[in-house]
Amino acid sequence: MTIAEKILARAAGLPSVKAGDVVEPKVDLAMSHENAALVINQFNEIYQGTMLPAHVWDPSRIAIIFDHRVPAESWKTANNQRKVRQFVTAQGIGKFHEIRGDEGGICHQILPENGYVRPGALVLGTDSHTTSHGALGTFAMGIGATEMASVWALGVALNVEVPATIKVNIKGKLPSRVYAKDIILHLIGKITANGASFKVLEFHGSTIRRMSVSERLTLCNMAVEAGATSGIVPADAETLRYLKEEAGVKERIAMLDADADAVYERTVEIDVTKLVPQVACPHTVDNVKPVSAVAGKKLDQIVIGSCTNGRFDDLEIAAKILRGKKVARNVRLLIFPASGRIYQRAMEAGIIQTLARSGAVIMNSGCGCCLGIHQGALADTEVALTTTNRNFKGRMGNPNAEVYLCSPATAAASAITGQITNPQKGGK
Amino acid sequence: MSKIVIKFEDDVSTDAIYPGRYMATVLPTETPAYAFADEKAFNAKLTKKEIPQGSVLLAGSNFGCGSSREQAVSCLKGHELIIVARSFARIFRQNSVNLGLRTVAVPDIEAAEGDDLELGRDEVVNRTSGRRFRVEPLSSTQEAMIEAGGLIPYTRKRLVA
Repeated sequence: MTIAEKILARAAGLPSVKAGDVVEPKVDLAMSHENAALVINQFNEIYQGTMLPAHVWDPSRIAIIFDHRVPAESWKTANNQRKVRQFVTAQGIGKFHEIRGDEGGICHQILPENGYVRPGALVLGTDSHTTSHGALGTFAMGIGATEMASVWALGVALNVEVPATIKVNIKGKLPSRVYAKDIILHLIGKITANGASFKVLEFHGSTIRRMSVSERLTLCNMAVEAGATSGIVPADAETLRYLKEEAGVKERIAMLDADADAVYERTVEIDVTKLVPQVACPHTVDNVKPVSAVAGKKLDQIVIGSCTNGRFDDLEIAAKILRGKKVARNVRLLIFPASGRIYQRAMEAGIIQTLARSGAVIMNSGCGCCLGIHQGALADTEVALTTTNRNFKGRMGNPNAEVYLCSPATAAASAITGQITNPQKGGK
Repeated sequence: MSKIVIKFEDDVSTDAIYPGRYMATVLPTETPAYAFADEKAFNAKLTKKEIPQGSVLLAGSNFGCGSSREQAVSCLKGHELIIVARSFARIFRQNSVNLGLRTVAVPDIEAAEGDDLELGRDEVVNRTSGRRFRVEPLSSTQEAMIEAGGLIPYTRKRLVA
């Protein structure tokens, strides 16, 4: 069996499953953010007329993290957040992360850095980028609020179709200033925005084995942009190192890999030896070009952050490029560290100071302007270059603006020039 | 018979269906006002109730790609549109089953705005062109969820069983 099949078989209590089966797996971790407010409505609705007390199946397996609109941008959001807090207290939800500079941050960073996700687990989240957690060898996928309400009530997901798996073999040494972000953008460009629809992307190869968990999170985060149900990196020594050293996990960690005779729908081979920095152009994530094809494009706003690229190494890469340099006068550079813990670590390393001195605005941890609600809306005809994960029309709050996606290195090099710039050439 | 009132291309994202800036609005009674908010002409027709319930929105492949936001489904359900597409993004499709928005996946559909469709369980007939197209079936569990009136009553039944 593939990794996805093994995890779903275990969670569904079956000896084996194959692609196409529909199973009812037990959920190991159920994650929500602000949209827990909607989940609560649907959850209470389920209990209407049943005479049963509306209790979640297991409060220790539910995680709720405020990140999408922090601090609240409107009274509506503030009311929703208060409603969630009251529910968390009433139900005794264990893994709750408030709007705080120490324990808060983006859900897809909070889960790994607190050791909430382990290899072999089934993780469901009311966020499409829940695929991120496959970086730790889990089967993790996004679901809607009503499905989550059902999970809160029953502890199982009622309609999980076992996806076929596409094996992605990535080999070769990455050239200087080319990163996991460039690989995933390249892959999405190659297989298209629905090239992995209803499928799992299972990542293998020497390049993956050398990647840190942080880079693997970037890779799996964007698996959904190819339509994938889940993206999975098999757990290895680096997974163990991360969970023990960075996430403080004390217990024994079980490992899980695919069987030698696992059945894959197809295999995609990528050699990164000659890969150049990639940019996804408006208005679809699969409209991917080498940076040289769009170099010189004038920019108005540059964003470094998000669940895709707001981790310590991302900020460190940006700081190295921006040290002693200034952000061009025609652009705004906004930086969103992915969590309070990352923010503090970056402060201790002097990274925050370097970035701020260059002219960057250091924002609070959270999703920021990625989804177009607050903290950096674009004006009509403005152009943004960002390390986030989506460039759909209107994504950053304005359907008359353009959004380009890239790595933190490309973003930082472009901040110095005020235009899209190849980090291998400029910004050194 | 259901008339196609608008036709979209591939990869219609949830940001197009329900822009992120309205995400603090969650109630299914309130979300329909923002359906396709940035497609101003279509949104105006919807909100002025100029489009009859049961009309078809036709799209290419990967309809509903992007976010898991359920508002993208509840806003269309509020207008009782039927979504016919070559294919759907997974989360959007399941959300539609859960909330009772009718979606029909027809991999080879060819039709134009104004065409009349006859939507069968296994087959769609374009009455304007006379051509017939195969429907991609839902899982039997999804059929049962629809039969029950959506995921909420379906889950309720499981709870009290």
